[in-house]
This record gives sequence, C-alpha cells and structure tokens, in this order.
Amino acid sequence: MSFKHYVLVCGGTGCESAKADDIFKNLIHEAENAGIREEVQILKTGCFGFCEQGPIVKVLPDESFYVQVKPDDAREIVAEHLVKGREVPRLLYDKSLSMSRTGLEDIEFYQKQFRIVLRNCGFINPDDINEYIARDGYAALEKVLFEMKPDDVLEELKKSKLRGRGGAGFPTWMKWKFTKDVEDDEKYIACNADEGDPGAYMDRSTLEGDPHSILEAMAIAGRTVGAGKGYIYIRAEYPLAIKRLKTAMQQARDLNLLGDNILGSGFNFDIEIRLGAGAFVCGEETALIASLEGERGMPRVRPPFPAVQGIWGKPTVINNVETWANIPVIITKGGDWFSKIGTEGSTGTKVFALTGKINNSGLVEVPMGTTLREIIFDIGGGIKDGKKFKAAQTGGPSGGVLKDDFLDTPIDYDNLIKLGSMMGSGGLIVMDEDDCMVDVAKFYLGFCVDESCGKCAPCRVGGKTMYDILDKITKGQGEMEDLEKLETIGAAMKRASLCGLGQTAPNPTLSTIKYFLDEYQAHIEDKKCPAGKCKQLMRFEIDPEKCIGCGLCARRCPVNCISGEKRAPHEIDQSQCIKCGECFTVCKFDAVLKV
Amino acid sequence: MTLEELRALREQKKKELDRRDVSGKSIQIVVGGGTCGIAAGARKTHAAFLDELEENNLTDVVVKQTGCLGLCHAEPTVEVMMPGMPTVIYGNVDDAVARKIVHKHIMAHELVNDHIYDRPAVDIIEKGGK
Repeated sequence: MSFKHYVLVCGGTGCESAKADDIFKNLIHEAENAGIREEVQILKTGCFGFCEQGPIVKVLPDESFYVQVKPDDAREIVAEHLVKGREVPRLLYDKSLSMSRTGLEDIEFYQKQFRIVLRNCGFINPDDINEYIARDGYAALEKVLFEMKPDDVLEELKKSKLRGRGGAGFPTWMKWKFTKDVEDDEKYIACNADEGDPGAYMDRSTLEGDPHSILEAMAIAGRTVGAGKGYIYIRAEYPLAIKRLKTAMQQARDLNLLGDNILGSGFNFDIEIRLGAGAFVCGEETALIASLEGERGMPRVRPPFPAVQGIWGKPTVINNVETWANIPVIITKGGDWFSKIGTEGSTGTKVFALTGKINNSGLVEVPMGTTLREIIFDIGGGIKDGKKFKAAQTGGPSGGVLKDDFLDTPIDYDNLIKLGSMMGSGGLIVMDEDDCMVDVAKFYLGFCVDESCGKCAPCRVGGKTMYDILDKITKGQGEMEDLEKLETIGAAMKRASLCGLGQTAPNPTLSTIKYFLDEYQAHIEDKKCPAGKCKQLMRFEIDPEKCIGCGLCARRCPVNCISGEKRAPHEIDQSQCIKCGECFTVCKFDAVLKV
Repeated sequence: MTLEELRALREQKKKELDRRDVSGKSIQIVVGGGTCGIAAGARKTHAAFLDELEENNLTDVVVKQTGCLGLCHAEPTVEVMMPGMPTVIYGNVDDAVARKIVHKHIMAHELVNDHIYDRPAVDIIEKGGK
C-alpha cells in the first residue's frame, strides 16, 4: 500500500509532554474530516533528537520539518499540506527552505551527525515490529542463529573494537568471552537501562524509539554465551519506554523471535523486565544485580565480576542500552565496517544528551573523535543569549568539567580520562559565564552524597566531608588549606571507594580546582563569586543616581527590606536581605546593582 | 515463524517502508494540487501514479504534490524530473495518462508527446539541471 503522504509525529517523552499525542489524534481526526484518512499514513515515531524545537512533525515525501507544533496546527497541516500540497511555512524550522530542498541534511543540527544507535529513531513506528524488520531488523539474529558460530560473533565484536557505552569503556567482546568461557548450564543476559545522570536521556530515547534493537541484541548475546534468559533493568520513571518495551516483547514472542525454539533453530531465549526505583547507585552493575534479585541495591566487591558470578550467582553478560543497540549493526555490517568509524582507540559513535546553556538542546549522535566545538557550536548552535562559553561537563556527576582550552580536543574515552573527566553515559551539560564553578562542583557532589548507598566509608564519609568544605567556600568561609583537603580526600575516595559512584564522585570538584583555580581563590581570598551565583558572597545595592523612587522593588521585596520616600532613592537593608534578586529583576531603570 | 517466513516478511515490509523513505531516490513526479487541479481530478491522478508504480515495483520514484503549476486550462498537470530525460510538464493527466507516463516516460524513457504542455522556464531551472 502506497500513501500520498506520511506524517511522522515525534513520540519521545519530551514531545509527548508537549502534547504530541494531541497533535497525533488531531491529525487523524482532521484527516478523517477531510476525507483523506485512507491516503495518508500518520504514525508516531521515536525521538528526532531536536528536542529544543519540539514537538516535531515531519511530512514525507516532502521532508517538511515542522517544529514547535501545537495541537491546533493539525487542521492547517491537513487542509493545506495534505490536501492541497502546500507547506505551512510558519511551522517550518527553516522558513527559507521550501519543498525544493533535500531534507534533514540541510539543517545544521543534523549535518555532523552519524546515526547508528539512533538509526531508526524518528523514522519507524516503535510499536510495530514489522517496521523494525523492514529495516533489516532481526537479520543479525538470523545470521547468528544459522550462519555464525559463537566464536565468529566474538571475533566480529573484537574486530569492531566496541567498548561499553555505560561509562567505563570496557571492551564488549571480552565481557562476553569471560561469560562464554565459564562452564555453567545457567547463564544470564542483562540490559542496564538504569540511566540516572542528571540531564541524560540517551538510553530512554533509544528504548522508546527502537526497542527491538535491544531485544535482538540480547538474544544474540544469549546465543553467543549460552544463556537462555535476559533481564532488562529499567527505572520505573521511564513509563513510556517500559510500555514500548512490553509491546515489543509481546510482538517478538508472537513472531517466535523470542521464546522457545526461535525460528526453528532450537535456541530458547526470553526476556523479563525488572523495574528499579531510581537509585543512582543501581546503575553500578553489582548493585543493579542485587536490586534485580530483590535485595537492597548495594554494590559488592569485584572480583568476582558479573561475567563470572552475576545474577543468582551465575555468569552474566551485562551491557548498557547504547552498547546493545550497536550489536545488530555490527553483526550485519561487520566489525571491520564499524571499526573504521571513530578513532583508533574508540570506534563507532556516541550519543550525547546535549543540555544546559545551549541553543539546540537535544539528542545527538556523532562519530567518536568529534570535537566539543563541533558538538556545541555547529550542532548545538552555540551558547544561549549570545553569552560566552565557559565549560562543558561530560559524564554527569562522575565526570569532570572541561574548559574552553579543550574545545578542539577530539572526544573519545582516552582523551577525556586524560583531561580528568570521563565519557560517562553521555550527558553533556554546557555552562556559560553566569555559572559558578564552585557551585557546579557542589551541585554534583551533593547529588552523589544523596545517592551514595553508604556501604563504604570513603564514599559515605568522604563525600559528605568534601561537600561541607565546598559549602563553606561558597559561603565565603573557606581557607586556602581547604583546597588541599579537597584534593587529599578526593584522591582517597578515588582509590578506596568500593564502586564507581564513590570512585568518580570527586571528579567534578577535582577538575574544577584544576581548571578554575582562580574562581576558588576569588571565593576564598576575595570573598567574591565572579559569576554572581553564590548568594552569600554578593549583595544587591541601589544606585541613588539612577533610582527614581518608583517603589516597585519595595513592593516586590518578599521580606520588606527596601525602604525610601516616594520619588526619592530607596535603600536596601542588607541585614534583612535574602538575596532573592527580585528587585534586580523588576527594576526598569537598572538602578539595582549586583555587587 | 520459520526463517523463510521471516525473510519473506522482511522483503514485503521493506517494500512498504521504502515508499516512505525518500533518501537517494532519483526520479520525481510532482502533481499540481491547486484548487483547479483538484477540481479537475488531480487526487485521482496522484493515486493512479502510486498504484502504477507499486504495480511495476518502481522504487526509485517519489511522487509529490504541490500547489498550482499555473497551467490551469490543462489540469491536472504533472511535472516529471528524472536523470537522462528532459524535465517535462504534462497536462490533462487523468488516470490513464498517468499510467502511460509511468510506462513510457519512466520505464521506456520516451516522452508522452501529445500531453507535453511545457518545459519549466529556463530561469527556474537549477544550474546543472536539464
């Protein structure tokens, strides 16, 4: 069946929360009213990645890229575009592009991207297994079941040089081999979908947009290492991803792509979903396994590694969502093909969730080795409101802060480690001149202190102690010796903590001390916060020359600490001021100063 | 499901999904869908193209709809662009003519002479195009 138009509505969580579902329903309703329902296919896809401009609706074959669509716009899209063949210019992302253009490659946001993991996101309907199959879905599983031996699969993975995308970057083929080499009649496969970094949503989008790629990959691993059961550990805060996974699993079972005797090969494999309660530490593999078994989510000493002793004490291959999503492509296209993408030591692509003070927030997938500058300025469209770039934070609370000197460093596992950060799962938060680095360090450390499970002392005590010191500095009570203390405790935490959470928690603090020492010094010695973020270190004053005595600030002040005669300069009572900044925001004459 | 059934299903679904995908397709048919075109039957013409292309398994062709092409006396009008052939605007394209265009112009690389109404003005042809 051919359709005159294909209307793709973004069904990612971001666009859904901006009423994409209403848009979808309205489009169907309007198409019915116009009598063209049979001629057009209207469907929901996974995330397009360009979340800043959502909700997104794409119309094919014209490749019209409509952005910030509202439910009421459905009528115009149907009446003008679908019936009369005229685009709705006011909704186009780039109004200068008309129907003559070639497509997404004209939009800068997409130009430098290369999609492997997100290959189907924004094109197929994730709730329809047929569309996944049409995109060579389950062809890799087919190959593994009928043409390849388990060792061939390992060989392809080895050639691909794929490294785990969860953060640490361990070679995937080795993990699999460890499990394969253990003699045991019971083994398990696990998918780590416990994505917890603030601002990161790569894994959620992959699961929402292309759930079958994960199922297929897990079955491939099951066949390779000799496991018959897989678990997907996903946080309960991802209801849409869970729903799509469940649908996908059922459809795969119906077609005998999961279950007993898959495609008549004699191989049995099924998958179960386990919901997590959202503790950050459960992203650590041993804690995840404990939680999955119904225990309290706490890490344990490794070795033994899960590859040898994992779920229910049995050998377990555990990989992150993004790692899994790469597997079917590596099998169908070959490890050699994959290893040519990216850099020597870090092959393939990486998905980043680009957020913070950036114009084009969204989900981007780039080859490894792309520079920060390309991601932030070319794809991301630069810093919001024309402000100056100050730093980028990679790897979430476990990563470090990179300053502008490193904008041209190719991003890969090894370079990031060298710079004191890490790849992490792929959160990329951009900061501008208004962000205070001490405050940022305190925020991330505070997150880790909250999320620490408390099992080991270096993390439990060290984190809290470092946090208290940072808190002291932001209040202007810091001393220069505090910096040494931070470095000493941080180094101890890195060496002595039980799991990755504690080992990496000091990274944001240590990297900001390294690259933004002057800001720490300003807080400690001059008792000033250069970015004007730390409230205790700044005050608001009224310039008597500029104040006309309108009284607006006095009326707005929540603690009534501004006083003055009508039409005469006002004054702020510093002893009462809570530094909320309301007076600064409301003054129309720029008479309130931040000093 | 068996392996053979999966492969057959993939082939079939691939064809369906290929029609949605426009990347890399080299032939374009643009149907004029202004009020005049629709009144003269452009929607049927559009459907006839899709049907005939599907029938003949032609996957390299995109059928688009646009507004009025300006030849309101000869609606429905259709513009055909393909490598190795001059870009042509056909007029009075009804169901039967649409199918003829697919067979002659697209498959046999011959112009459907009695329906040629225009060639696009030189100034709107892109550099390097025909």
